[in-house]
Amino acid sequence: MSEGHSTYTPKTGLGRWFDARMPLPRLVYDSFIAYPVPRNLNYAWTFGGILAIMLVAQILTGIVLAMHYTADTNLAFGSVEKIMRDVNSGWLLRYMHSNGASFFFVAVYIHIFRGLYYGSYKAPRELLWILGCIIYLLMMATGFMGYVLPWGQMSFWGATVITGFFSAIPLVGDWIQQLLLGGFAVDNPTLNRFFALHYLLPFMIAGVVVLHVWALHVVGQSNPTGIEVKSKTDTVAFTPYATIKDAFGMIVFLFFFAYFVFYLPNYLGHPDNYIVANPLKTPAHIVPEWYFLPFYAILRAITFNVGPINSKLGGVLCMFGAIVMLFLVPWLDTSKVRSAVYRPWYKLFFWLFVADAILLGWLGSQPAEGSYVFMAQMATLVYFAFFLVALPVLGLIETPRRLPNSITEAVLEKNKGGGGHPSGATAAPETKG
Amino acid sequence: MSATDTQDPNRRDFLYVATGMAAVVGAGAFAWPFIDQMRPDASTLALASVEVDVASLTPGMSLIVKWRGKPVVVRNRTEQEMKDGEAVNLADLKDPIARNANLPSDAPATDANRTTPGKEAWMVMVQVCTHLGCIPLGQEGDFGGWFCPCHGSQYDTAGRIRKGPAPENMAVPVFKFISDTKILIG
Repeated sequence: MSEGHSTYTPKTGLGRWFDARMPLPRLVYDSFIAYPVPRNLNYAWTFGGILAIMLVAQILTGIVLAMHYTADTNLAFGSVEKIMRDVNSGWLLRYMHSNGASFFFVAVYIHIFRGLYYGSYKAPRELLWILGCIIYLLMMATGFMGYVLPWGQMSFWGATVITGFFSAIPLVGDWIQQLLLGGFAVDNPTLNRFFALHYLLPFMIAGVVVLHVWALHVVGQSNPTGIEVKSKTDTVAFTPYATIKDAFGMIVFLFFFAYFVFYLPNYLGHPDNYIVANPLKTPAHIVPEWYFLPFYAILRAITFNVGPINSKLGGVLCMFGAIVMLFLVPWLDTSKVRSAVYRPWYKLFFWLFVADAILLGWLGSQPAEGSYVFMAQMATLVYFAFFLVALPVLGLIETPRRLPNSITEAVLEKNKGGGGHPSGATAAPETKG
Repeated sequence: MSATDTQDPNRRDFLYVATGMAAVVGAGAFAWPFIDQMRPDASTLALASVEVDVASLTPGMSLIVKWRGKPVVVRNRTEQEMKDGEAVNLADLKDPIARNANLPSDAPATDANRTTPGKEAWMVMVQVCTHLGCIPLGQEGDFGGWFCPCHGSQYDTAGRIRKGPAPENMAVPVFKFISDTKILIG
């Protein structure tokens, strides 16, 4: 943990001079070299680093794309086509950026599910978790506004539908919607402000990421056992152990990313977005980007009025409620045991929840008619039941398995049975000592 | 320190409150233009009314004009469509209010109230789904009116919501026949 005193000792005269005036090298050394990480972290823990490089990659490709893009309803679509056809390497930069957004969300979803599985949100990591939720919200806003910029049919109608959420607010809804759009419908003022905000928000994400990492370095990383670090033998140094593991995870992740960029660049997009926006014609079937589909399914599932809340407001409330649930998780989960490894019932419900989220995603991509509506309603019920029933109740009735006394004990216990690792120099680092 | 400064409230308290008030008012006044600039600008508001020639529309035909960036449908309804619209029991309607800008805001959603007196065959309506703003497709769906492909809302031949997530009937804008074949919208 970072409360421990710093072990940084500058070796050169320049290093000592610098350290006395602005100890930036000390901060880097303490955060990314000497920083102790639990010795039992698995590959699910490499997604923090993966997310960091995806953010940097998105900002870099985005800045370059902005140099070739024109935010005007008459020119935007053409300027994107110009990037694809005329700008040198423009096709590659744009495919990296559009698929990069998707892979950013792939990584963030794995990162979130990892947190849910291992109970990483429990005290003292509630604030760390909430900062992560804020980053996720900012990512969604950024992704949505970025999708509007090419000014295709899905851009336009996605923007129309999503800004339509705000018109569901009683009394002031229409005024707020007009305030967001700068008009009565999505038009040039909307495109301009979305471009400005799409450029701004990633830097706000970067700012919250700094807070997220700061909070992480105060409380320390959680780990697959969910047991706090108790002694020095429970940890290894960030460098080389975590650095190498993170780097290997990144490379494998980037293989998948590169496969999509070069071989399936439009697989995650929608062909209708290669048709220029037409305000008088809605595509037969509007779908948002895949990473919004579960929430989209929840939005459409509410087709009935509940008392004074009409179906439209109800759908919007449920959709935002689905995200609010994430913020409340630290207080909804009543179990004192963090990791699902030691919670047999929670483990079952966690995987049911994962299956439900995937089902919702699939339903969101289907037309809103017939049995799909009923299925979406059931899946929405299951989604909320996981947070509002399973999390609080399981903690009270579930008997957890016996917890090991320490991370070291858990690691040694796990490796005793296997017998695959000879002791000594060739042993994996987590099994030493 | 003088004697007056020790009394409660003293001059320092007054200065704190006065400074705080000035800061709040100043912050509000500073923030306002940043919010105000987001509202529809003068050029957007200027596109307030359009004139439409409907002489060529025989029963069963529609045309769409763009008004305030949104499509407005003008439909010359068939006998059958009017009959279907009149036959609807008001108690079956999800939204019982006419949503006709030419009538009082509590007018019931009868077929006649969705149109204009003497011209009941003509539907003039903002063809935007009241759910999330998609453009419904005309003469489709279970009620022979409009069907929204986005989230499955179904409207009848008078543009009233009958099924699906949309909360309200489609809006009838302010309009009038300025001659037998010309309509002024807005």
